Amino acid sequence: MNWYPPRAIVLSWLGLLALLGITVLTAYQPLGPFNTVAALTIATIKALLIAAVFMELRDRGGLMLAFASAGFFWLAVMVWLAFSDYATRTNFPPP
Amino acid sequence: MPDAPAFQFVDLRQQHDAAQLGMWVFLATEVLFFGGLILAYCVYRSAYPDGFAAAARHTQILIGTINTAILLTSSFFVAWAVTLAKTGLGRIAAILLGAAAIMGISFLVLKGIEYRIEYDEHLVPDFFFVFEGPNGRSAWLFFAFYFVATGVHALHVAIGIVVLAVIAMKARRGTYSARYHAPVTVAGLYWHFVDLVWVFLFALIYLPGRST
Repeated sequence: MNWYPPRAIVLSWLGLLALLGITVLTAYQPLGPFNTVAALTIATIKALLIAAVFMELRDRGGLMLAFASAGFFWLAVMVWLAFSDYATRTNFPPP
Repeated sequence: MPDAPAFQFVDLRQQHDAAQLGMWVFLATEVLFFGGLILAYCVYRSAYPDGFAAAARHTQILIGTINTAILLTSSFFVAWAVTLAKTGLGRIAAILLGAAAIMGISFLVLKGIEYRIEYDEHLVPDFFFVFEGPNGRSAWLFFAFYFVATGVHALHVAIGIVVLAVIAMKARRGTYSARYHAPVTVAGLYWHFVDLVWVFLFALIYLPGRST
């Protein structure tokens, strides 16, 4: 029987290591606010690779995807509400 | 019995799907658990960008990068082991799961070395914490987040090591087959999630402030 790893898993692993190298090198370039944007974008791509290939979400149906995204959906709501408070608090000082 | 479904399921496939769905429900609570910590970090970092950049420069980026590579590779081994367990090659999967568990242990050892360096550099909040310059208080906040987030993450890694070791031993005994392998898949999901959380912690802890 064939015990070799599937190609998608090997490619994802190599891609993840390459992205790790890219994100460390990018962090040392003076890009101003884009350092943070680059770091979080690359982290999100890595997370999507892990979720899609390693966690096999690409082979799963809608129900499993809905359950997998539920936590991230509510986290997005929490971040949105928290920052709409902190970002505007100084605009409306107490009387 | 592994070869027959529990009485509430029609077949093993439905039981397998239910197990995975249950794991995703648990992982959703974990997303919000780590998400709350990361939200607090984002609020304070947007309030004190210079202090957080100055503090992040004091983290050990070499150890952090090696640890990220270790976790990514261990996740690769686990993903490979899951595909083997599905085709009935549980005994080879056991070797890969064992290797992943050993990588988890080396992650924790490196993390411990890192904590030791930070203790020696007086970066542990409330334990002889010293941070020169105008950013002392925001650096304190950064390192409070650092130790809570990485500490809680390390606890998850430790639990994952035990889970992988138990699954590896069962796989070695031939418990899993092409028909029954749900525990391998579900344990794999947990391990990959611990890896996924680390990817974000790495970007937030080690990378800020490196270019200035």
